Amino acid sequence: MSYLHRRDFLTLLGRSRPSAASSEAALDVALSPAVEAHLAQRTAHPPTSGLAPYTGPWTRAEVIHLLRRTLFGPTKSDVDYFLSKSMAQAVSEILRASYTPPPGPVNDYNNPNFTDPNVPFGQSFLNAPLHPMAEPYRIESVRGWWLRLMLNSGRSIREKMTLFWHNHIPVEFSIVPLGSALYRYNQTLRQHALGNFKDLIRAVTLDPAMLFYLNGYLNSRQAPDENYAREIQELFVIGKDLPQHYTEDDVKAAARLLTGWRTDGFSTFFSAFHHDAGDKQFSAFYQNRLIKGRSGPNAGAIELEEFLDMLLAHPEAARFLCRKIYRFFVYHHISPEVEQNVIEPLAQIFRDSNYEILPVLETLFQSEHFFDVLNRGAIIKSPIDMAVGLFRYFDVSLPPESDLFDRLIISYQVNVALGAMMQLPGDPPNVSGWPAYHQKPLLDKVWINTATLPKRAEATNAMVYVGLYGLNHRVAIDPLKWAAGLSNPANVNALIHESLEMLLGLPVSQQVKDTLKPILLSNLPDEAYWTYGWQLWQANPNDPTLSGALSIRLQAYLQRVLQMEEFQLC
Amino acid sequence: MKRRSFIKNVAAGVALPSLLGGFGVRLHATAPLGRLMSALDADNDRALVLIQLDGGNDGLATLSPLDQYDRLKKARPNIALPENRLLPLTGLSTLAMHPAFIGMRNLYEEGQVRIVQNAGYPNPNLSHFRATDIWMSASHADEFIGSGWAGRYLAYEYPNFPMGYPNANMPHPLAVEIGYSMSLSLMGPQTGMGFVIPDTQSYYQLLAGEQAPAPNTPAGEQLAYVRLIAQQSRVFAQAILDASKKATNQATYPDTPLAAKLKIIARLIAGGLKSRFYLASIGGFDTHAQQADTSDPTKGAHAQLLQQLGDAVWAFCQDIQALGVADRVAGMTFSEFGRRVASNFSDGTDHGEAAPLFLFGTPVAGGVTGSNPKLPLNPTLNDNLPMEVDFRSVYATVLRDWFCVPEADVPSILMHQHPFVNGLFRPGMACLTSSVREDHWEAGRSLLTCRPNPFREAVVLDYESTGGPTVVQILDASGRIVATPVSGWQAQGRYQTTWDGSALPAGVYFCRLVSGQAQQTRTLQKH
Repeated sequence: MSYLHRRDFLTLLGRSRPSAASSEAALDVALSPAVEAHLAQRTAHPPTSGLAPYTGPWTRAEVIHLLRRTLFGPTKSDVDYFLSKSMAQAVSEILRASYTPPPGPVNDYNNPNFTDPNVPFGQSFLNAPLHPMAEPYRIESVRGWWLRLMLNSGRSIREKMTLFWHNHIPVEFSIVPLGSALYRYNQTLRQHALGNFKDLIRAVTLDPAMLFYLNGYLNSRQAPDENYAREIQELFVIGKDLPQHYTEDDVKAAARLLTGWRTDGFSTFFSAFHHDAGDKQFSAFYQNRLIKGRSGPNAGAIELEEFLDMLLAHPEAARFLCRKIYRFFVYHHISPEVEQNVIEPLAQIFRDSNYEILPVLETLFQSEHFFDVLNRGAIIKSPIDMAVGLFRYFDVSLPPESDLFDRLIISYQVNVALGAMMQLPGDPPNVSGWPAYHQKPLLDKVWINTATLPKRAEATNAMVYVGLYGLNHRVAIDPLKWAAGLSNPANVNALIHESLEMLLGLPVSQQVKDTLKPILLSNLPDEAYWTYGWQLWQANPNDPTLSGALSIRLQAYLQRVLQMEEFQLC
Repeated sequence: MKRRSFIKNVAAGVALPSLLGGFGVRLHATAPLGRLMSALDADNDRALVLIQLDGGNDGLATLSPLDQYDRLKKARPNIALPENRLLPLTGLSTLAMHPAFIGMRNLYEEGQVRIVQNAGYPNPNLSHFRATDIWMSASHADEFIGSGWAGRYLAYEYPNFPMGYPNANMPHPLAVEIGYSMSLSLMGPQTGMGFVIPDTQSYYQLLAGEQAPAPNTPAGEQLAYVRLIAQQSRVFAQAILDASKKATNQATYPDTPLAAKLKIIARLIAGGLKSRFYLASIGGFDTHAQQADTSDPTKGAHAQLLQQLGDAVWAFCQDIQALGVADRVAGMTFSEFGRRVASNFSDGTDHGEAAPLFLFGTPVAGGVTGSNPKLPLNPTLNDNLPMEVDFRSVYATVLRDWFCVPEADVPSILMHQHPFVNGLFRPGMACLTSSVREDHWEAGRSLLTCRPNPFREAVVLDYESTGGPTVVQILDASGRIVATPVSGWQAQGRYQTTWDGSALPAGVYFCRLVSGQAQQTRTLQKH
């Protein structure tokens, strides 16, 4: 009764566990006639501008665009801060924000129905032995910890890049039954998020969770397992965008090369006994490269290094990753012009820097293409972007560290909501990551369907009205605190203008704004009544009838704005 | 439904907000037929149409006390209506209506209007916002309640909403509001209970399958896609379409904003929509200045408003009679306050206190409740009309006599005990049977039951955990947590626990279950 099975989580989150192939097939047939008609008649083309540095105006609009794409959405203080910098400084600061590894997750899950026998409440479970009863809790603890890092990601791109890498090189939390290993996998992504791509791939290849997830820990010379050998080429480094790509023999050779790596879930070691010491011959796609077989304790590491060098020597590697970055940060469609003007030069920068990630991002985010007006608002927010952005913009805090269990269960509720919107952090549907980043033709449109769009409305409604409840804390948008932080909340027009600028990915007409004003004014024609109500409350801040009058009008306003379709764009 | 081009009407240029709320999982036709039939009992879909007069309606100009007309003329030298132009009411020698309010007067003559005189509440507040909140929430003047009286009634009638809605028992929105957002009136204890049609143009756009235009840019293309999905996601929009197709308006409505709203409401009701509340508002009653033309006080801003109101209500009542649904529709006007006895120097009236409200429709008992307002002998600018009938007593009576709520249950909906006002509705109307109400109570998905209710001591809590952290809390009327009977991580399943509430003072409490994304709240009464 007291033990929560992993299956319960899966049932709760409504997730099934299809293989990559079957889920893609399912998506292929899911388009309704109306959606097909929409896709068939879209005519808008992305811009043709290139990577030359952006030299246009640097106003709130540009700052907000930059923060929407590189952070989890703008906050007022962030916009004000970066407006005081130059564009180049702003991009540089976001990319180079100081980083110290965050403190890891702790036992925040002891509750009347379960007590971890190995780890006291408030203590780290990262070195505790695997405990079948405790791991489901520990995994949720890691997931909540990660969510809070996103919520508190400040003016740094690092958490957004960690999410990018998680999508690109995923491990599914629901498949790896060890919370500490998932923490280490996640922390590996964070550690290398803005570093060198080869270092990242090497670290992930040898990561205990990844070795378990893609069966590397079973890969032996006696019976090579091709799972990771295929995915590293198909999904992580080379891709299948080219008509000619790696061959099945390349997969077999890579599988043999990767034999012998073992893990106990906490660290990775090499078993020379299980390693195939024979030579590995690759196809013409890799210039017929022969990687000499080795034996001994360093054989695996040496061969892996040569293998990674071979992969990265292929010109498609840099292009593949730059396209992935482009889709995540700029726009889902890569036209021939974008391929030529953006992807190819970015890939050259990537290669020239020996696969340092930062120069690629810096060039992209400072480019005239990135700031092109036609690219603004053209991404459909992911559920994480939507939800984390909402928390950040409205400065919604989770319960403090002093109330660990409350903090966990509210983090859990947010994660469940993200799962309902089809983006549970840690659990993309398969090793390909979330379909929004690879499933053509819908791509980011995949996020929005007749099941998930109502969930988004439910989620924003919940944050505006009822809130999320722990035992001692309610977590919700505080409409008065929010409004009080605006530049001129006593003026209804200023309030509407400032909030729409931040919340909507596309500007709306004056006519639409005119439909929002009556919500705040209770349909009265005179705007002074809002000002009067605001000033009255300012003079009597503890009168619940005055604060209540403003709150319910702000709530109704926010409910409507957060259900406007423009809110889904960023 | 014909789905036209997404980018149609670009030239029209007016982007309208989409429908708000009403999201839900599409209804599957799996309900047993018997249940479906019982849900179609006529006494089960009575509706109340609420018309809000925004700004504070001037009761003394709307309905003039002829027994004190000299005092009124003295108080309003610049805008008093000529007595000989007032519209008499049959059988009432001392009351007459504004000459422009002819629609309401004609309806009165047909026995379809109940006037409630001097409606108000103790210690009235003269701020628009605050007074509107009081009227919508039914709170006392000195407290703030963040839910509405209609919303709380709907939560009483359909306690599982929104979980498992729509369903065969209630396949339609519980309430429909034509307005830019959902009023406080329709807020339930936990969630909004209504579906919003932002304006009449959006309604006809919905009927035509049109979408607001989006720019022909990458972002605009994404926007059009989201709008397309939004259209397909709103299951209640489909219910509204279906109802609209089944009925055609039978009356001629004037070309006014309020009439356009009531016209839609009549069509929806006649088309079989089972929503219990319909809300519409008419703005402009905040007549501080130029309320009436000084050259001819029967004309001017207030006259135009009453003309619009009366004519729209008249057309609406003609329409629903012709459509054969008049017996299940009652209407009520309300305004946040009345206006001062005396006029001001800008030919208007300032914020006041009590004022008449109007109940209308064939179920209403025609006549007057309450007496004429008492005007002071020498009115000053600060004189106000005292309240005679508490508007919350009118609400209580509507709940009891129109929505058939047992008297004992009314205080938990209105949050306070209020006396009833007899004689508002025609006597002898059949009320819904308890088995129909039990169907409402069981409809949807129940995650939490609390028995007994009302309680004195122990309460047995039956609840369902969706899996994961699960919390059951007891809150007092102000939302303060007074007990936490359940707080643990539980596997998916049903549980039972007993909580001892004997130490709590008598009053209204809420029991709240939180499990994963699911939340459900029950109202409890402690005796």
